[in-house]
Amino acid sequence: MAFFEVSNIKKSFGKTEVLKGIDFSLEKGSVLSIIGSSGSGKTTLLRCLNFLETPDVGTMSIDGKVIFDASKDKAMKEAEIRANRLHFGLVFQSFNLFPQYTAFDNITLAPLMRLTEQKLTKEEIKVKTEEIKAKAWELLEKVGLTDKADFYPCQLSGGQQQRVAIARALALSPDILCFDEPTSALDPELTGEVLRVIKSLKSSDSTMIVVTHEMEFAKNVSDEVIFMANGVIEEQGTPEELFENPKSPLTRAFLNKSLESF
Amino acid sequence: MALFFNVTLQLLEGLLYTLLIFGVTLLVALPLGLLIAFGSKSKIKIISAITRAFVWVIRGTPLMLQIIFFLFLPTSFSNIMQSIGIPVDLALRGEVALLTMVCVAFSINYACYFSEIYRGGIQSVPQGQYEAAQVLGMTKSQTFSKVIFLQVVKRIVAPMSNEIITLVKDTALASVVIRLDLFTVAKGIVNTKAILWPIFYAGLFYLLINGLLTILLGKLEKKLGYFKV
Repeated sequence: MAFFEVSNIKKSFGKTEVLKGIDFSLEKGSVLSIIGSSGSGKTTLLRCLNFLETPDVGTMSIDGKVIFDASKDKAMKEAEIRANRLHFGLVFQSFNLFPQYTAFDNITLAPLMRLTEQKLTKEEIKVKTEEIKAKAWELLEKVGLTDKADFYPCQLSGGQQQRVAIARALALSPDILCFDEPTSALDPELTGEVLRVIKSLKSSDSTMIVVTHEMEFAKNVSDEVIFMANGVIEEQGTPEELFENPKSPLTRAFLNKSLESF
Repeated sequence: MALFFNVTLQLLEGLLYTLLIFGVTLLVALPLGLLIAFGSKSKIKIISAITRAFVWVIRGTPLMLQIIFFLFLPTSFSNIMQSIGIPVDLALRGEVALLTMVCVAFSINYACYFSEIYRGGIQSVPQGQYEAAQVLGMTKSQTFSKVIFLQVVKRIVAPMSNEIITLVKDTALASVVIRLDLFTVAKGIVNTKAILWPIFYAGLFYLLINGLLTILLGKLEKKLGYFKV
């Protein structure tokens, strides 16, 4: 059994069926890229994985433990969703940093909130707070922004904001880190720094799912690529298989269009 | 000179009552308005319907009418109760009781106006902020208090300032019940002494208070200027 298993995920909005039965699995430490044209359902899939949308049908499990089952979990309690959601981290297309907090505080806010919910002695809280802060510094170093710790989001470039957002998502040590078109909202000259950070995470064996339009990135960084079209997985394979030797005509057409040079 | 001194003293006393109504109303209406805003946004249909209807009535009728309504509510209620044989007497007697009822009317009226400002402010916070907090495992109340609230405050300082300044001047409406506020006192002097200037003198008091408020609210706006929403 694979580390992360998704089976038969379906999701409709009104009468529009956006996901028509998605199955895939992912090994620990591997990177999965999801490509496809807009409207193919890739963002919805990612949102389902992060419990921002509730699939109508399907199951998900991590490490053999079922974290979502549409047939049972219709009325899943908020606390349960919160607990399960923490298996995942999500980096948004539009960063969504909290504007009133510094880069550093953006990273520590959620972990510190979790601390207040646990029943701990004053001494334990002190120790854990220090741990959270130390980790935040570590993460800022990882994304190359230790000198911007005290900057507010509005004082940072888009690329820097996205790197802070990556650090923020990592602060809760998710099992799987998801990216929703992390460079789509960035100026072309800023995409490189973000992609480099994501690439560097690969070596620290995080499991990642990246929805992206950056074909070069998908080709070079992922272990596995999924091409989605019309709410289904049209084709799945290693980057070599999918990019060099696409089997589906839809994949071929999409790749031709995406790699077209002007 | 003695007249000027005398008028100043009377106006200062009026100012005190004006500030009292203003302060109490602000203190009650600011949190109450947020509560009403939550009510009108509630997912429970019956709560949101009742809240919206209430806001509609309050915003759709003159404040003076509402003051009169709240003034006679206890008396009418007592009368009805007594007519069916239940001995209740809630009729308002004395300055304190009247002033309290005036403050109730003002607080409810302003809370409804504030609630609409809050609602606009809450709605203007992008969905992405809620989702970011959600995927970080924060609860709804943590999300509101730690992420959303300050962004709402920043967005509503300007429209709130408007309402707050209007409130200072609206206190003159209390005169239908109790003739103690700044404007009514000034008008009283004009009538009894047959001189006009005290009313303009009172205007200076209003200007002073609102000038002070403008500076304070401007400071708050500046203080929240360190981040952009």
